[in-house]
Amino acid sequence: MDAIILQILNGLDKGSAYALIALGLTLIFGTLGVVNFAHGALFMIGAFCAVTLSRILTLSHTVIDETQKDFLGNPLKVDVPYIYDIFGQATGDVIIDWAVPLSILFAIPVMVGIGFAMERGLIKHFYKRPHADQILVTFGLAIVLQEIIKYFYGANPIPTPAPDAFRGSFDFGAMLGFDPNTIIYPYWRLVYFAFAAVIIGAVFAFLQFTTFGMVVRAGMADRETVGLLGINIDKRFTIMFGIAAAVAGLAGVMYTPINSPNYHMGMDFLVLSFVVVVVGGMGSLSGAVLAGFLLGILESFASMAIVLETLPGINQIIIYLVAIIILLTRPRGLMGRKGVMEE
Amino acid sequence: MSNSKLTRRGLIKTGAVAGAAGLTLPTYLRADAHAGYLNAPQGDTVTLGFNVPQSGPYADEGADELRAYELAVEHLNGGGDGGMMNTFTSKALQGNGILGKKVEYVTGDTQTKSDAARASAKSMIEKDGAVMITGGSSSGVAVAVQALCQEAGVIFMAGLTHSNDTTGKDKRANGFRHFFNSYMSGAALAPVLKNAYGSDRKAYHLTADYNWGYTTEEAVKSSTEAMGWETVNAVKTPLTQTDFSSYIAPVLQSGADVLVLNHYGGNMVNSLTNAVQFGLRDKQVNGKNFEIIVPLYSRLMAKGAGANVKGIFGSTNWHWSLTDEGSKAFVQSFGTKYGFPPSQAAHTCYVQALLYADACERAGTFNPCGVVEALEGFEFDGMGNGKTLYRADDHQCFKDVLVVKGKENPTSEFDLLEIVEVTPVEQVTYAPDHPQFAGGSLGTCNPGA
Repeated sequence: MDAIILQILNGLDKGSAYALIALGLTLIFGTLGVVNFAHGALFMIGAFCAVTLSRILTLSHTVIDETQKDFLGNPLKVDVPYIYDIFGQATGDVIIDWAVPLSILFAIPVMVGIGFAMERGLIKHFYKRPHADQILVTFGLAIVLQEIIKYFYGANPIPTPAPDAFRGSFDFGAMLGFDPNTIIYPYWRLVYFAFAAVIIGAVFAFLQFTTFGMVVRAGMADRETVGLLGINIDKRFTIMFGIAAAVAGLAGVMYTPINSPNYHMGMDFLVLSFVVVVVGGMGSLSGAVLAGFLLGILESFASMAIVLETLPGINQIIIYLVAIIILLTRPRGLMGRKGVMEE
Repeated sequence: MSNSKLTRRGLIKTGAVAGAAGLTLPTYLRADAHAGYLNAPQGDTVTLGFNVPQSGPYADEGADELRAYELAVEHLNGGGDGGMMNTFTSKALQGNGILGKKVEYVTGDTQTKSDAARASAKSMIEKDGAVMITGGSSSGVAVAVQALCQEAGVIFMAGLTHSNDTTGKDKRANGFRHFFNSYMSGAALAPVLKNAYGSDRKAYHLTADYNWGYTTEEAVKSSTEAMGWETVNAVKTPLTQTDFSSYIAPVLQSGADVLVLNHYGGNMVNSLTNAVQFGLRDKQVNGKNFEIIVPLYSRLMAKGAGANVKGIFGSTNWHWSLTDEGSKAFVQSFGTKYGFPPSQAAHTCYVQALLYADACERAGTFNPCGVVEALEGFEFDGMGNGKTLYRADDHQCFKDVLVVKGKENPTSEFDLLEIVEVTPVEQVTYAPDHPQFAGGSLGTCNPGA
């Protein structure tokens, strides 16, 4: 029982990332009709927003410490962050420690801006082109973006830790009456799950309860009719692209303490997120979220030692296996609508 | 009776065609290139091929390898301060290139993919006339390129490759490895682990699902079991895995009190980070502190894991903080040129370039069979690892192995590991027919012509 609870918890944070990326993908597909293979790159750029802010906060001037030597035997050059000069060391350390949460504020305008630039600069020229063209151009864009990041930040992962207050893990087992250490879960992963739930809730609320959201939903259902009513639906869809980019970016920012970001992390999530969208149903926001969590949890169960002993290698194919079964039994996905991607 | 009528016009035409064909043929197929072996250097230069990952996940390690090769070429041609040429016990190298020929080089990008690495090596051999191929950051690549070099008839001086198989079942007569291997890691680590954690431990292995992972798991398992540890489970993890939480969470439930991460590169960074996040190192199991071990450490990779490496044991081929004359000379030379200390990958590549050049000098030829003869059984010192033997039986270097630990209070971004013990070579030496290296044979050297 404890093993089952543990794997469900593990699946939740993985599912959170899948759900956030798939949500953005579905928003873009539902509004603009574009299959955006560069969406994983937006997740990666979001993570590098956190890296960038960390670096900005630790911008330093050099002080020579005559008492210590560097690797060449010269007096050691010690980097002192400018933030120490401004706020003092104690406050400076706290600000640096909270770099990842602070990066949310930094990432929102950056990601919205990148989303606008991508949509206006490139993707709008492909609205009327076949999906295959859209996939090719956005996949190419994803490669270009990751190579740019690699050029500036290198190929190695860059550690971006969570604030001290959220390091370590919580003993769920002890709380639920199991033996200590049987169900442990890192604090930051709980934060990530809660954060994902808030973002997903906010996006749904925005679409459901605002006039803007109502128009967007109407546009998703029938773009031409909304246009005939004199509403500039394209402008709203561009804004939705920016919002989808921000959602992916924020998912990336908060993911950095879970795994050190590297230039390739977007590609690692992209394929799985597309499977999530397909399983959830193309164009279905709730389907994307449901499938994200479902596949995250299934992936966790498939990695259990007892499962691997029975079905070796199942951990590597479980998501695709589920996708095949879903597509065979429900070709439109779990919550897909008729007419989407069927013309 | 044949009636051959050679006209002036016919002669010019024939000559032109023959001349064009001669110019367009690859160097190694031209008659003037044949000196009994492939890609015999023409003129006053010799070309070496540096095949390193310039893109992909190990690109930073590849960049460091390339820096080391460039430094080696500079030293071989008489530039710079000479680096380890000054401390190398063999004095055959004079700083005038190799055998009086100026050293030039071409580079290839392995992308850490076997097929791409073979393609780039093939191109350097066939189009650029490289007489030796060296470099790489993966055992899969090393094994693939080594086999290609054997078929083509050039020498392969392996870069960073740690799998037993490179000089085990996949060894080749034209291939040589200076880097240590999985067996040596296990043999060096076991006594240190016994001293630090005792002989009554239960280990859980997470192993990267490919060749290097298997040999490392086998080596560490056999070494630790021999000293009394029990292996409670060994789980293979996909090479593409990024989040290891679902593999790490069951570790505590298994009753294990040690986690061995047979991972390298991004896998190691992520699995170690995840293990620390799950608070494994803060737990007490079986009345003992839970411990994590990383059999193969790389400073460049340790940097990615940040503070998570603190206090964690592992092994390494070389470290810049060594104080022998060879290491000091190399660190001084590399650090002055590039502004930071070299990695173990840079060290092994630099040493391999010098060892090859030295072997050519001693053999008096670039002929691969002459080079093989000069390297086999060659004993040397002054290259940062103490007394070293290139064993003739398998073309593996035998030298001391470093056991290291993540440093608790690093003074800089390079100061991540501290040397715990220099394990003497006798302790990591094994018989050529050891079961972990069984199968395969060197065969005979191939000069390619």
